[in-house]
Amino acid sequence: MTAERRNTAALRFVLPAAAAFVLAYVLQTVLDDYVMSIVNFVGINIILAVSLNITNGMTGLFSLGHPGFMAIGGYVTAILTLPAARKAMFLPDLPAWLAGLQAPFVPALVVGGLCAAATALVIGLPVLRLKGHYLAVATMGFLIIVQVLITNWDSVTRGPLGLNGLADLTTVWQVLPWVLLTLYVSWKVKFSSLGRTMIAVREDELAAQCLGVNLFFTRVLSLALGAFFAGVAGGLWAHLVTAITPSSFSLIMAFNIVVMVVVGGSGSITGSLLAAVLFTVLTEAFRPLEEHYGLYGIGEILMALVLILILIYRPGGMLGTREPRFLVDDDG
Amino acid sequence: MLSAAPRQSESGARTLLKAEALEKRFGGITALADYSVNMGRGELLGLIGPNGAGKTTVFNLLSGVFKPSAGRILLGDRDITAARPDRRAALGIARTFQNIRLFAEMSVIDNIRVAFHMHRGRGLWPTLVHTPAFRRAEREMAERAAEFLELLGLQDVRRERAGNLPYGLQRRTEIARALAADPQLILLDEPAAGMNPNETDELIAVIERIHHRYGLAVFLVEHDMKVVMASCDRIQVLDRGRVLCEGRPADIRKDPRVIEAYLGTPRKGSRAGS
Ligand SMILES: Nc1ncnc2c1ncn2[C@@H]1O[C@H](COP(=O)(O)OP(=O)(O)OP(=O)(O)O)[C@@H](O)[C@H]1O
Ligand SMILES: [Mg+2]
Repeated sequence: MTAERRNTAALRFVLPAAAAFVLAYVLQTVLDDYVMSIVNFVGINIILAVSLNITNGMTGLFSLGHPGFMAIGGYVTAILTLPAARKAMFLPDLPAWLAGLQAPFVPALVVGGLCAAATALVIGLPVLRLKGHYLAVATMGFLIIVQVLITNWDSVTRGPLGLNGLADLTTVWQVLPWVLLTLYVSWKVKFSSLGRTMIAVREDELAAQCLGVNLFFTRVLSLALGAFFAGVAGGLWAHLVTAITPSSFSLIMAFNIVVMVVVGGSGSITGSLLAAVLFTVLTEAFRPLEEHYGLYGIGEILMALVLILILIYRPGGMLGTREPRFLVDDDG
Repeated sequence: MLSAAPRQSESGARTLLKAEALEKRFGGITALADYSVNMGRGELLGLIGPNGAGKTTVFNLLSGVFKPSAGRILLGDRDITAARPDRRAALGIARTFQNIRLFAEMSVIDNIRVAFHMHRGRGLWPTLVHTPAFRRAEREMAERAAEFLELLGLQDVRRERAGNLPYGLQRRTEIARALAADPQLILLDEPAAGMNPNETDELIAVIERIHHRYGLAVFLVEHDMKVVMASCDRIQVLDRGRVLCEGRPADIRKDPRVIEAYLGTPRKGSRAGS
């Protein structure tokens, strides 16, 4: 790669990133807190869709477990950031080493993400032997197990009550860097040898294996990578909503994220990003309708309709596996 | 290697692949029984036989897609009977598939580059940090891919989605991809199936070229007699899961058992089998 090509490659990332920061600054000064929180939800959903796209879209592992990883990251982050005094009130039975600990937000998010990724490694062992619908059902089972564990592990999670009154640490300046990191990582992986093996596994695992691709390693890596960012997103989510309960991370949420990936185009990072923006904005746009006319659930119904239409008329989603040509600096 | 490690025998040193008394049963059906083969380094061996004779089953056993019901497989001195397909690929066995298995959504060049990963690909961290080693590996992969694209005349379609290619080019992409795995032995399962006579001639030329350029051992399953007779040093004939006979092309052509079991009976229907 010549120097100027490397420069244009860097510019492809640096320029949009800088633009995003400027945009965030403008939005921050112009918009009120409520609309700003919607912007942050857009960012969190981008993280969720783009990270699920690694697992689901690129490697073809149909996982419904994303909210399970969010829950793990969310609870870990929330417990770590909770001031000692509140911990004593909410969680009197916490082990001593945890009770006295209060971590800053960013390290707490990282630890939350790592816990989610570690969980992915552990559940990958049994679950990733399965394929297709079986894998979908098994990851759904994982999500339910996480919910049950959280509900019953009172001493650490405060059971069904959940943790409320969390500090509102999630600002756009927290969300945006994580969005950019998620985009960078999945982009870098997709256009590398590692990413090509992931897509190969999705396309034809037997052929991939006969070319020396270690199927298990590839699958576990892509599940764990997706889980890490889901965990971080869970932490951001908890400190945006400022509360977290066992039912925060539901199967409906899993469905919504899968819809974003499918509509965007399985494997397409740009597609997942656009779909995440579109769906969050549309859902919010429908909220007044729901409240004024009592049409609750109209947003969900429309989302499901869009999914069905896309599956029928454009099964590859908006962008298929591809990225817009002008963004790609690769020979393939 | 300088140290004179005593080789067991002269033939032992030259043997690349050895299968002994392989058997494969599917439920009650014995697809293959008492199958043995001995392949030398750089040898061009043909495998023929009527539909359902067990040719693809042999390839599936050698590449590790199936585990044999009995028998063992040696690559050099190493027993690989229990090794997974990815391990065998790393040790130097590559293959193509009778019913083409390309990565349809990927470009032709990316199909080829996947095969480089096991020997040259980098892990997650170098990839994310964009280390010099990562950049070098990616550059080498692009260069070597160009070599195989050229060898099989695929430069013009390098960016094409593999699933969109016409049949003949798909077959060639699969061969290029298998070669890119840097094998010692390549298993080609009916590479000429569905090709017109022109494409078939080109294919024969390609097989000879890769055989010469890379000193590769080639194991070829083919229904098209022209290809087998033209390319192979030695031919094995399978019939109903058993080796009927084995020998030089000229002798095989004359062997009455072969004529009866295979060449003599007119072939019916299409030749693209399972
Ligand atoms: N996965 C499988 N499950 C059950 N039976 C199988 C399987 N694979 C092959 N067979 C059976 O084993 C026998 C040999 O099949 P194989 O595909 O090896 O034949 P072949 O010589 O490659 O034939 P063709 O010329 O049609 O490709 C056939 O009777 C086939 O039905
Ligand atoms: Mg066959």
